[in-house]
Amino acid sequence: MRYNIYIYILVMAVVTYLIRALPLTVFNKKIKNKYILSFLHYVPYTCLSAMILPAIFYSTSSIISAVAGFSVAVILGYFKKGLVTVAVSASIAVFAVEMIMHIY
Amino acid sequence: MNKSFFKGLRHSLPIAIGYFAVSFSFGILTAKYLKFGFSAVSSGILSLTNVTSAGQFAAVTAIAGGAGLVEMAILQFIINLRYALMGFSLNQKLPENMSLFQRSVIAFGNTDEIFAVAISGKYPLSFQYMLGLEVLPVFTWTAGTVVGFLAGEILPKSVSTALGIALYGMLISIVTPVARKEKSVRTVVLISVMLSCLLFYTPFLNKINSGFAVVICTVISSAVGAVFFPVKEEENEV
Repeated sequence: MRYNIYIYILVMAVVTYLIRALPLTVFNKKIKNKYILSFLHYVPYTCLSAMILPAIFYSTSSIISAVAGFSVAVILGYFKKGLVTVAVSASIAVFAVEMIMHIY
Repeated sequence: MNKSFFKGLRHSLPIAIGYFAVSFSFGILTAKYLKFGFSAVSSGILSLTNVTSAGQFAAVTAIAGGAGLVEMAILQFIINLRYALMGFSLNQKLPENMSLFQRSVIAFGNTDEIFAVAISGKYPLSFQYMLGLEVLPVFTWTAGTVVGFLAGEILPKSVSTALGIALYGMLISIVTPVARKEKSVRTVVLISVMLSCLLFYTPFLNKINSGFAVVICTVISSAVGAVFFPVKEEENEV
């Protein structure tokens, strides 16, 4: 059976909020264990990179423009350019490549 | 409202702009599902109360397919479980004396991108800074959804796809400098990416939900890092 949309929204919001809130509230003791600390030290980078690749290649209308945007972002990121510079440059690269592809 | 709040607000600008573009396309999507109860208001409330991209996109399909409530809860749990991992990691960067109320507030807007910006900043992270970081992106995420729903055609497709990569660009700008500096991070990132590609391209394994795939990659590669490159105490006290 199908439920009212607001019931779905409520279920989604509660589940998502609990996932976000429990680690910050109930389990809010500082961790001392070296291995758990190390695990958590790596989480941001492993988690974000698994989200980036390979999904980024399918985030635009063609894999070619996506590769261009990805390359620009990695090169600028490597040279420690700021968040905004990297994000905007990647977008411009995608836009430019898609324009060129549209012409040819 | 103090200096930290405005600093957070400033740091959130690129996220806010990227969110507008992505939620705009979410609004366009929900406008195609009117008969399932999506309206400008319900789509806006969905974005305001959830603030998740993958979870929301998946939910539209689930709702259209007449999913049960337990099914919906499990779906969201699997897709969004990565936020728990991020939460534990973020928790290490919060001042120990931050109140339960303040923690409950900032937990609400702990998205992929906000987490990424927060952990790359100065610790410990104050409540004001986190609040400043979250308030604008949550607003544009909601506003983008409503505007996308009502006026999907105004933004040329070439612009919205180009902006779609902006969020990935931000995440890349967080990961690459650290991967360049620390060999251990470089190694675990490579492992994570290889696992992610394996799960994405291998038949059968690619049936695994993308959100859950991220959890698998994160847990395995971070565990490898913890065993082979345990971090010395002082490195964690950044």
